[in-house]
Amino acid sequence: MADEPLVLGIETSCDETGVGIVRGTTLLADAVASSVNDHARFGGVVPEIASRAHLEAMVPTIQRALDTAGIKAGDLDGIAVTAGPGLAGALLVGVSAAKAYAWALDKPLYGVNHLASHICVDQLEHGRLPSPTMALLVSGGHSSLLLSEDITTDVRPLGATIDDAAGEAFDKVARVLGLGFPGGPVVDRTARDGDPKAIAFPRGLSGRNDPAYDFSFSGLKTAVARWVEAKRRAGEEVPIADVAASFQEAVTDVLTRKAVKACKDNGVDHLMIGGGVAANSRLREMAQQRCDRAGIRLRVPRPGLCTDNGAMVAALGAEMVWRDRAPSAFDLSADSSLPVTDVHVPAAGHGDVHGQAYDALAGGNG
Amino acid sequence: MLLLAFDTATPAVTAAVHDGTAVLAETHQVDARRHGELLLPAIDGVLRTAGVDKRRLTGIAVGVGPGPYTGLRVGLVTAAALGHALGLPVHGVCTLDAIAFQARAEGLAGQPFTVATDARRKEVYWASYDAEGRRTEGPGVDRPAELTPHPRSVGAGALLYPDAFPGADGPAHVSAGALAGFAAAELAAGRELLPNVPLYLRRPDAQVPAAYKTVLGGKAVLPA
Ligand SMILES: [Zn+2]
Repeated sequence: MADEPLVLGIETSCDETGVGIVRGTTLLADAVASSVNDHARFGGVVPEIASRAHLEAMVPTIQRALDTAGIKAGDLDGIAVTAGPGLAGALLVGVSAAKAYAWALDKPLYGVNHLASHICVDQLEHGRLPSPTMALLVSGGHSSLLLSEDITTDVRPLGATIDDAAGEAFDKVARVLGLGFPGGPVVDRTARDGDPKAIAFPRGLSGRNDPAYDFSFSGLKTAVARWVEAKRRAGEEVPIADVAASFQEAVTDVLTRKAVKACKDNGVDHLMIGGGVAANSRLREMAQQRCDRAGIRLRVPRPGLCTDNGAMVAALGAEMVWRDRAPSAFDLSADSSLPVTDVHVPAAGHGDVHGQAYDALAGGNG
Repeated sequence: MLLLAFDTATPAVTAAVHDGTAVLAETHQVDARRHGELLLPAIDGVLRTAGVDKRRLTGIAVGVGPGPYTGLRVGLVTAAALGHALGLPVHGVCTLDAIAFQARAEGLAGQPFTVATDARRKEVYWASYDAEGRRTEGPGVDRPAELTPHPRSVGAGALLYPDAFPGADGPAHVSAGALAGFAAAELAAGRELLPNVPLYLRRPDAQVPAAYKTVLGGKAVLPA
């Protein structure tokens, strides 16, 4: 296989059509078409709107990525695509497109895991991942602590959220405060003018007998809503910046404390943070302080690579080619609940996930 | 002319190769939940059977619906990507027109008829055709009881609601061979086909979520 494989990655697990092109660990193009504005008035991602947008954006976004990278599709060494987890109907658009490109161009196809891609994207910023790597993935869809020995074969979940993802809590708190959607960036901005110690919001699952690496943000979200409502009922003004800052402090406190503990307990000296919430300025700051204190090397990709994008899929695809992993077959399924341990979906031996995209849409118009 | 044709707008996953005169190979699998898994292997298989190298193709014909969206998009995005990667024009065909073409080939010629497929939610996708096979009404999506179909009708939607479609008969689903035949005839006659854009016919299901629910009970006090 090529020393520096040239791989195109397609990501359609949520509301962004991402197409990235990577040569080895070098980023050549990262094209994104977002339907976020179409969802804003609904206060969340509407699956059917996302799927329609992916179909429209697919070919133009691929072409834009090829133009940016200055390559021809025929130069590629492989096509990678997010096979799951994610929105079933949205994933299916990307997987179908990837198969068509791979088949038409006679290139190997790699159906890869979205979460492993979030980790692997850091290779584009800080070079090859050390082995082992501890990863904290936080976004609107996931909040997990993962330990990886080899990002192409071995990702082990240590803990995850038992209810809401961290990003979901940001969205809901933003809504309670009337700040709009998506909540992450706007809460971050609002919190800069607030006092993070103003209100002592609860730290979920932080008791001595609680699971060490699992998260819970549902109670925190409810506590914030309750606190704000009580203020409004009393006819008092809600100190929005203080609420945002105190909420954000509670989230980042739990995330970073558990991530550092996971590193120490497992003798891992590298922590990678990825996912959309990794763009949060307070999370980056607090993680840096706590890692410095614990002697842990922190790796956080730049914010643009933390959110969902095609470059992360291309990065993992390139690693698959580089390490000579088996490609996927053309009957590859989009699997909305692909387990994180399935880093990629090779041609043989994968489970029966047929009809997943349709089951998830039961009752819908799909 | 060497057309690759496929359709995913009905429960059938079907692909065919057509040389402008006849169908060289065709495949047809009915599995309403596996369009994504079945389509590309079907395309690969049909080209192998026909002994046609994909680089010799001159165009792609794809059914653009109407049909259930999740499956429909598999066909359309595949057509768009293949057209892009192979440098081929993509011709859209209304799936109901392809079924009509097939029904006439199977003996319905010389009389007007209605095509209906299953749109779920107790509705059908439908269109009506005159004795020459020209579409006169539709495509639309409606409850069967609200329609006044021709005395003869075809398609799974007609077969599913015999009360509304008393003259229902086959074919139930679309076949890519018929779709290719329709496209080849239209192209040969110098007529434009449709763009590769889905005929959704319904707006996306997108309920605006209700105002956030109060956790203290009672009426929520909404921020300004
Ligand atoms: Zn993600």
